[in-house]
Amino acid sequence: MATGVAAWLPFARAAAIGWMPVANCPMPIAPRDNSKKQDELIILNVSGRRFQTWRTTLDRYPDTLLGSSEKDFFYNEEIKEYFFDRDPDAFRSILNFYRTGKLHYPRHECISAYDEELTFFGIIPEIIGDCCYEEYKDRKRENLERLQDDQEENMDLKMPNMNFRETMWRAFENPHTSTMALVFYYVTGFFIAVSVITNVVETVPCGATANQKDMPCGERYTVAFFCMDTACVMIFTVEYLLRLFAAPSRYRFMRSVMSIIDVVAILPYYIGLVMTNNEDVSGAFVTLRVFRVFRIFKFSRHSQGLRILGYTLKSCASELGFLLFSLTMAIIIFATVMFYAEKGSSSSKFTSIPASFWYTIVTMTTLGYGDMVPKTIAGKIFGSICSLSGVLVIALPVPVIVSNFSRIYHQNQRADKRRAQKVQKARLARIRIAKSGSANAFLQSKRNGLLNELLELTGTEEDEQKLTQKSISLLESQHHHLLHCLEKTTAHEFVDEQIYEQNCLETALQTYPSRSPSVSSHDSSTRTCCSRKRKRNVPLPNTSLPTTHSTHQGPLQELSAIHIQCGDPLSHTASRSNLNLKTDESSRINCKSGRITTAIISLPTPPALTPDGDGLHGPPQRRPPQPPSHPPPLSIQTTTSSAGANIVKVSAL
Amino acid sequence: MSAPSSLFFLSILPSLHHFSLLLHFFTFPPFCLSIHPFLSVSLPPTDSSDSDLELSTVRHQPEGLDQLQAQTKFTRKELQSLYRGFKNECPSGLVDEETFKSIYSQFFPQGDATTYAHFLFNAFDMDRNGSIRFEDFVIGLSVLLRGSVTEKLNWAFNLYDINKDGYITKEEMLAIMKSIYDMMGRYTYPCVRDEAPSEHVDKFFQKMDRNRDGVVTIEEFIETCQKDENIMNSMQLFENVI
Repeated sequence: MATGVAAWLPFARAAAIGWMPVANCPMPIAPRDNSKKQDELIILNVSGRRFQTWRTTLDRYPDTLLGSSEKDFFYNEEIKEYFFDRDPDAFRSILNFYRTGKLHYPRHECISAYDEELTFFGIIPEIIGDCCYEEYKDRKRENLERLQDDQEENMDLKMPNMNFRETMWRAFENPHTSTMALVFYYVTGFFIAVSVITNVVETVPCGATANQKDMPCGERYTVAFFCMDTACVMIFTVEYLLRLFAAPSRYRFMRSVMSIIDVVAILPYYIGLVMTNNEDVSGAFVTLRVFRVFRIFKFSRHSQGLRILGYTLKSCASELGFLLFSLTMAIIIFATVMFYAEKGSSSSKFTSIPASFWYTIVTMTTLGYGDMVPKTIAGKIFGSICSLSGVLVIALPVPVIVSNFSRIYHQNQRADKRRAQKVQKARLARIRIAKSGSANAFLQSKRNGLLNELLELTGTEEDEQKLTQKSISLLESQHHHLLHCLEKTTAHEFVDEQIYEQNCLETALQTYPSRSPSVSSHDSSTRTCCSRKRKRNVPLPNTSLPTTHSTHQGPLQELSAIHIQCGDPLSHTASRSNLNLKTDESSRINCKSGRITTAIISLPTPPALTPDGDGLHGPPQRRPPQPPSHPPPLSIQTTTSSAGANIVKVSAL
Repeated sequence: MSAPSSLFFLSILPSLHHFSLLLHFFTFPPFCLSIHPFLSVSLPPTDSSDSDLELSTVRHQPEGLDQLQAQTKFTRKELQSLYRGFKNECPSGLVDEETFKSIYSQFFPQGDATTYAHFLFNAFDMDRNGSIRFEDFVIGLSVLLRGSVTEKLNWAFNLYDINKDGYITKEEMLAIMKSIYDMMGRYTYPCVRDEAPSEHVDKFFQKMDRNRDGVVTIEEFIETCQKDENIMNSMQLFENVI
């Protein structure tokens, strides 16, 4: 139950009178509100600034400092106020949390200071409202990353336990780590540059000699260029192989863009080596040489800006696609129009629509080469419209791409999307836990309530005192009473999801060797929930269990089961019901003609003493300290394999 | 055309604000005065486009504390704390059905409380105008918590009688019963069968419908309930809720 609606609980309880005429059973007794004191104003003095609020406002969240008795430590007798030596500005939002049920994060506040305040007052940050949660998480992440960056800079010493491979990989990725890495970095950069310049210079016509016409340098000094090329390719190959060796995940490395560029850069050389100097394939060979220019992309390892540019283009793929699409549309339209407009004129260059494409592109991008110009008046009119619209069509998607680039540049590839997904998942999980938390709180308190009753019955007062749970707040007990009344009205009980599924899936009946048939069989199932209350007392004093059962962790079927002769195949055996005591009667099974022949044997060992009941899988094995004179008391086994594990004490509930 | 009027509005807005502040100081009931009625009265609405500028939140201010004290059986302090809680959840002073359903559903996390909340809403909203004011709320609560048993039974009858014609038919009772079972949700022990609500209704009618005419009148209802010890005991259960 969200404590924000705590004020409506009296209303909800009063409205429960609407169920009373319908119910067939007596209702449970309401919890007594012993503290009948009037609501009073409390003064909270935070570093001199006085905040006043009602006591009940603070009591809404009993898990926090202000809502529990922990604040008594701060009570100052002389001034009759609760004094806290903390920041009053941050305290404002904390107090507003109690008032409105929503925690807000003030943006001007430093994130770590705010976190400290929250921790001091016992409020977990997950409760921050949706309006401020993203901001809070972003700031927290930034702070964390800043701290990590600082740490990384201090951590450039070689870690002692890295093997050679890891060292090499680190050297490749961060050239600043060692001198060798830096040398390697510069050497490869130099050779990339040399290779690119070679490719370029190869095609420049060198001076003509006496007996030969002007030819490009590449053909004149073939050997020199070939040696240079070989040297570069050797360096690149060695580098690639070293990277491949050092990569932590070779498969992933081979798939990465940079390695593909590396391969494409060196492959033409090897293919050229392998291929013979055949006339047919020399054309293809020439094409391959074009791929050598891809070596320039290897520079992106050396330049951060280039990487960002590439990433931008990748992330703006949709905008680029839109640009392309709209341009294509416009080109086709205008080319058609121009073709038909210019059809009439003689010696027109617009021989076909595809031929007009060239004119349209040149006009729309405002290049205007002038090799194709319209001659008719209509053509000129449409041509001018074409150039005007070209400006618009191109100008529109470009700012989007630019803004994308600037955004990425500023974030500098911090993989925001991946983190946002995690945040989203965490928030959904939080909301889910919050929802199930309140339901589980009720079931938990039911278990505890029955436990306490059982202990009362067996008369072990000392145990009872030792096992008394931390008192749940009055609000919670009233809420649980309300839910209890609903159970009584409908003659059904709330159970956990897991238990429900177990019950529904079990079709086999469990037979159980009766240890103490304390409940005789009943014929009809007309008795409903009412009978349970009376019969609960019955089996316990009669049964005398050997205490070794407590150590059973094994199949729960042995410990409590009902032998039901029932025609209904969907009857529930309730062997793993978390309230074993209730399995003793015939009534609650949906049998048409049920006969119960054995009673349950309840199991010992109460749950863990923590109020959250986080004994998780299987029954906890702790036994209560027993007075030696008493027979071993029976207590309830709680199958806490259920969602007891998931109880997160979110203060908002 | 709308631009000059909006300019006019904007220009007098600061001065109106000061006016309303003055008025605020001169009124001293515990409930604050809203400036909205004042603003909307003094401005001539020119076109429909001005409706965007009109402050559209509907608000309601309850009657004075004394009148409420006379109408209900609560003390002054109880009324004060009730109103504080009420206003905290509904700052506008009115609860509409959606808000009501969402508030009520928070008390029953495992099931679906919206249908029952709908019936409850109709039972509280006495003048059937689609929203519950604080007076409706507090008068209803007064009956439930401080009323006599007959009054409470009357209230329950009113709740069950969906069309308020004075008779509870089987269909009405079935709807109510289904909504109560809906609140239990799926994960119950034993599983709620589909026939469970109608069986429960049959049991109810068997008990209540004396003359077997298929409907339950208010007299039959009260008479039967007064004879049933369980029901009479449970009616006293929530006496000290506040």
